[in-house]
Amino acid sequence: MNDPSHPTSTRHDTFVIERRLDASPARVYAAFADQAAKRAWFAGSAGLTQLRNELDFRVGGEEHVDGRWTSGMVSKFHAVYHDIVPARRIVYSYDMHLDERKISVSLATIEFHPDGVGTRLKLTEQGAFLDGYDDAGARERGTNGLMDALEKSLARS
Amino acid sequence: MHATASQQLDATFAALADPTRRAILARLASGEQSVTALAEPFEMSLPAVTKHLGVLERAGLIERGRQAQWRPCRLQAAPLRQAAHWVEQYKAHWELRLDRLEEFLRASSAAPAKKPTRKTTNKRRTQP
Repeated sequence: MNDPSHPTSTRHDTFVIERRLDASPARVYAAFADQAAKRAWFAGSAGLTQLRNELDFRVGGEEHVDGRWTSGMVSKFHAVYHDIVPARRIVYSYDMHLDERKISVSLATIEFHPDGVGTRLKLTEQGAFLDGYDDAGARERGTNGLMDALEKSLARS
Repeated sequence: MHATASQQLDATFAALADPTRRAILARLASGEQSVTALAEPFEMSLPAVTKHLGVLERAGLIERGRQAQWRPCRLQAAPLRQAAHWVEQYKAHWELRLDRLEEFLRASSAAPAKKPTRKTTNKRRTQP
């Protein structure tokens, strides 16, 4: 639970990422469905030490991927699978924690479309992104000014 | 390249996780300032502020002038651009993941008969 004494902010957002992969939908799906295979690519990252990695890939099953970053920060990913159609679609919801702070609750839909001999993977993520960087004290200290300045610098570039 | 992008996100995350450092960035948004001027509103020692500036500098969020006496601090927008919203972080992480998925599929197609076995299930994987 996030600290109730801190003001909250919520941002709803959706993003879509599509990627063409040189492997059949069955093989791409297997990279999500098989724990050992998924471990090889999903959570691995330089600077991340995995603390927990469990996948119970079935409808109602859960997944936990926790890791410690070089900064000492601990990230926790916890998912529940809602819909699984082999080689076609996976739907899961998940929340993310950074240390003790819950930073998002999302619904992720992954679709595998045949594309020649390969696959067009479509990932749609719909999320409530919680208490971002402009939280409590930071807002008082003018983080909004920071965001305004950023937006201006982005508009310029 | 993946490691660099991922480490950059990690460094940005870590640097922004601290309210004092966010406040320092917010002040720099209005223009460059000296360390002394930056330290003024904070109830902490100059060395403590300097330490925060070091974290921000290593994360690439600020740049410091080279003059010995007056080392003005300037905001660097590029890493912040990516970290400005959680959603951008998520997208960036997904792009990196999908890069790794592509590599994984490419590597495993070289030995298509070899499916990962349950034997490795309980092994913890620590990335270099």
